[in-house]
Amino acid sequence: MQAEAGAPARAHQFDTADQQKDASTLGMWLFLVTEIMFFGGMFCCYLVYRSFYPAAFAAGSHHLDILLGGLNTAVLIASSLTMVLAVNAAQAGKTQLIVVFLILTILLGGVFLGVKAVEWGHKFADHHVPGPSFHFEGANAREAQLFFSLYFAMTGMHALHMVIGIGLLTVLAVQARRGKFTAAYNTPVDLCGLYWHFVDLIWIFLFPLLYLIDRHAN
Amino acid sequence: MSGHTISLRTYYLVFLALMAGTALTTWVAFQDLGWLNTPAALVIAWGKALLVVLYFMHVRHGTRLTRIVAAGGVFWLLILLGLTMGDVATRGWLGFPGK
Repeated sequence: MQAEAGAPARAHQFDTADQQKDASTLGMWLFLVTEIMFFGGMFCCYLVYRSFYPAAFAAGSHHLDILLGGLNTAVLIASSLTMVLAVNAAQAGKTQLIVVFLILTILLGGVFLGVKAVEWGHKFADHHVPGPSFHFEGANAREAQLFFSLYFAMTGMHALHMVIGIGLLTVLAVQARRGKFTAAYNTPVDLCGLYWHFVDLIWIFLFPLLYLIDRHAN
Repeated sequence: MSGHTISLRTYYLVFLALMAGTALTTWVAFQDLGWLNTPAALVIAWGKALLVVLYFMHVRHGTRLTRIVAAGGVFWLLILLGLTMGDVATRGWLGFPGK
């Protein structure tokens, strides 16, 4: 019953190590389902208000920087690749390679947050932040404020999830450096990978829905 | 763990497909497809999401239970979006307040 050094013993309620691993994976997926509904609420709000005010949403979207948004999309997809390579390294038992890929993932996540900070800075400078100082050129200024409320709420919540993810990955990297993960036991790397890919998934939908509305009419 | 490992080659191919999808959706956004622009963007986004879920999140070789839970999440999301839009789209049909 005593597991090898570095791997936790199988908890008594599980028949096999595989079953324990599957249970952990299921637990993370159940959490991710709650996250789908959590972000889903904001996507629902977006759906309703875009259907009410399509022109205002398009106008607001045209004030977002496609280059920065597209760059961020590429950065996040790359970070998902480095994350899956970290999990792969763990499965192959290449402990120090796990650290390399985790650090790369963290760095790419940092780049994403940096670009997002620049974008938000532009929005502050343009007076597109909802509130007393909001100012928008054009006929649908009032409705455009709805778009920007959703923009800040959704990208802000997404960014918060990225910050949490980076925190988790940092802890993982430190543990990996100390040799905690082996081919026999790498569940935490796997589960944090699932979380990170989920955050990437949210952005995969945010990018076209926020940045690419009616761009052909631009 | 559950046996099957995905090859590095597959990971790189999925990565390239995701990048291509991003370029594609950006390009399509600048083409005038009329009402088809939004469905096109959503189809591409869901395609990218499927790649991430199946290959990066390992659902392709996951247990049936994992797949049911993941699909269940999407199903619940569709209930939220579908029934809410159903309510919104049919407002005013019955001609009295609140309906």
